[in-house]
Amino acid sequence: MMLSRLKRDLTMAEAARTPGGSRVDLLVVTDMVERGAKVLDIGCGDGELLRLLGETRNVDGRGIELSREGVNEGVAKGLAVIQGDADTDLSDYPNDAFDYVILSQTLQATRQPRVVLEHMLRIGRHAIVSFPNFGHWRIRLQVLFGGHMPRTDNLPYAWWDSPNIHFCTIKDFRELCDVVGAKMDRSVALNAWGAPIRLKVPWWFWNLFGEQAVFLLSRKN
Amino acid sequence: MVNRAACEGDADKVSEMVEAVLAPVDRLREADEPHSQIVRFGADKPLRLDAGVDLSPFQIAYQTYGTLNADRSNAVLVCHALTADQHVANVHPVTGKGGWGETMVGPGRPIDTERYFVICANVIGGCMGSSGPASTNPATGEPWGLDFPVITIPDMVRAQAMLIDHLGIDTLFAVAGGSMGGMQVLQWTASYPQRVFAALPLATSTRHSAQNIAFHEVGRQAIMADPEWCKGRYFAERRDPRKGLAVARMGAHITYLSDAALHRKFGRRFQDRDNPTFSFDADFQVESYLRHQGISFVERFDANSYLYLTRAMDYFDLAGDYDGVLANAWKGSQTRFCVISFTSDWLFPTSESRAIVHALNAGGARVSFAEIVTDKGHDAFLLDEPELFAIVRGFLEGSARARGLPVQRR
Repeated sequence: MMLSRLKRDLTMAEAARTPGGSRVDLLVVTDMVERGAKVLDIGCGDGELLRLLGETRNVDGRGIELSREGVNEGVAKGLAVIQGDADTDLSDYPNDAFDYVILSQTLQATRQPRVVLEHMLRIGRHAIVSFPNFGHWRIRLQVLFGGHMPRTDNLPYAWWDSPNIHFCTIKDFRELCDVVGAKMDRSVALNAWGAPIRLKVPWWFWNLFGEQAVFLLSRKN
Repeated sequence: MVNRAACEGDADKVSEMVEAVLAPVDRLREADEPHSQIVRFGADKPLRLDAGVDLSPFQIAYQTYGTLNADRSNAVLVCHALTADQHVANVHPVTGKGGWGETMVGPGRPIDTERYFVICANVIGGCMGSSGPASTNPATGEPWGLDFPVITIPDMVRAQAMLIDHLGIDTLFAVAGGSMGGMQVLQWTASYPQRVFAALPLATSTRHSAQNIAFHEVGRQAIMADPEWCKGRYFAERRDPRKGLAVARMGAHITYLSDAALHRKFGRRFQDRDNPTFSFDADFQVESYLRHQGISFVERFDANSYLYLTRAMDYFDLAGDYDGVLANAWKGSQTRFCVISFTSDWLFPTSESRAIVHALNAGGARVSFAEIVTDKGHDAFLLDEPELFAIVRGFLEGSARARGLPVQRR
């Protein structure tokens, strides 16, 4: 499938920089972006995804990042990154300014996920959202039998110092998509080993066994 | 650094030192025949000023560093701030000190003169060789004084564009500058978007705030209150408004620093004494420091020039030329921007830079923005800030790749 083709496109050095595990979601996101597109990455961190998109997809990439260290690292790498807040600064962007607006592993850390998603669909022709699935069976078991807030490799924080304030499951996110009028063009769930789950399974299966999910969205009308 | 002599502190000593510095006649010579390259534009090439008059003939004094490549694609224009000049990376001909930007510009520096052809020109209205109030008015053979027309930031940039034309350069690889230099950078990207590949406006704004205009007015009033100023005719009257200019500089210098930086540098420490003298000597280190700043400034700067350049900053309002909508200044701009502000800068606070970034984003421009944590205030853009250097280097490196310039040797 597309993903394995993309993996072959990457040089050994790049592959080494994105070893299995959580960073596979970046490859899945990259796979959804057309060549030469104009991309806004919200919560771009140190610019790893933008760099990957630039090198493999030749995109015109921009980033917003809250942390000062991340911004300065990104700019020093030659990326177009600005310091800003997804919750407040997206309203400054005009309609249809980008081909893709990406929110990678950041949705759960926003104060107003719905407003952010609406802005993404307004600013971009497509929106790509990746997030950790709170409906994964291991998380369910931790709450059910452990009786405590779950901690996993992808979600290593204790509840009191976590930046993640709006967790959702794949099922929850699909509901939000309905509410804001988003069409799901593609969706990929990754299992605990970072491998994409086969497409032809029912949603409840994804919601139980998908540790992360990546959605390609567009406006319905 | 606190100058020992200046720290003696009493007013007489200060006056003595002021007398000892450069005679006005030397400053006049530097204004007409500077220690720099000069391009003179004759009657056929007047500079059309915003004030509605033509300046002609006029001249621009400039320094260059490095080599222009065969494609003429590696030129970087550095725009200087209010009281700086074209001597960005060489020993200053008047003060004998190093260039004001030699940590940023030079071989192996972020603006690397081994890779880029760096140009820095004295602004129109300045006093280091470009036409200004200290220059000789060709109509009278006397210094212009207040007969020199009031100039604006767009006027400065228009003059620089004529210099760039003269040097045979079509597109500048980058235009960089802080404070008033940053205003020129922003004006360049609005007036000549096709001619600027990358822009680096540091610690600046698209419009001068009311507070900043107020500070400038205090400085101007200090100069004009000096009886030596003689309504701007001090050269003809063989007088020199040094004290007024020094006070203007002292006041302005406070705004370039921060409370935290002043406290860190000086605190409430006494200068060469253990107890207060119960007089108006410079008991405190911070006082003698400021006096020294004032005194050393007047040896290299012209009082009228200070009036003109502060005025130019006050008038600057980029959005005003675009129906009040800043984003319109950069509609369709292909220039790559890197906007940088500093946390303790209260003259050009981060909010001003954010306004630039918002307008650029609205226009779809390619913009980077970083705020650097420092307690050094507005002057941080001139100082040794490793994070600033890393960002400028990275931004220029990325832009150089996009421009097809050779990749840096490592």
